[in-house]
Amino acid sequence: MALTKAEIAERLYEEVGLNKREAKDLVEQFFEQLRIALEDGTQIKLSGFGNFDLRDKSQRPGRNPKTGQEIPISARRVVTFRPGQKLKTRVEAYAGTNEE
Amino acid sequence: MSDENKAMTKSELIELVSSKQPHLAFKDVELSVKTLLEQMSEALSSGERIEIRGFGSFSLHHRPPRIGRNPKTGESVALPGKYVPHFKPGKELRERVNQSYVESLQKK
Repeated sequence: MALTKAEIAERLYEEVGLNKREAKDLVEQFFEQLRIALEDGTQIKLSGFGNFDLRDKSQRPGRNPKTGQEIPISARRVVTFRPGQKLKTRVEAYAGTNEE
Repeated sequence: MSDENKAMTKSELIELVSSKQPHLAFKDVELSVKTLLEQMSEALSSGERIEIRGFGSFSLHHRPPRIGRNPKTGESVALPGKYVPHFKPGKELRERVNQSYVESLQKK
């Protein structure tokens, strides 16, 4: 079981009182604004949850693992997530036996 | 870290989402964003994964127990295993972020 956009929208319908269409659009818009900001090179800081940071990686030598042929891995920008202290503390307390 | 050092906070994000949903009351957007983040935190705290297509997935990674040291006294302390949140960006997010970066490099 995993939490998905559909379940998040369902809860906004039940708890906030948005209609189903509004709830679905809001969830979509929330993640789209995060993508737009990150695409634009903007870090996102959601207090209590965590930060989405951007890391620039310079070009480095790589190798095709199948053929052994050398191919450079081009410069790229990647998104990383740093959980906030509040989320870390809540998750640390999880002692369940579920796998990942 | 990117060289531009721009940042957006939760309240700025709420204002932005609200501006895209002008038919909703601001307080409803605010409550929705807070509810959404709380629901995501709750899911992870109960060991549940989160899968947002086009954005990414959150899961827990296990850190095994280890022997730590009190830096003041030098004494050994047994630290129990724990879980930490982990985020894996989805394909659309990875591609959009990287594409705009590569384009900005080509313009330089």
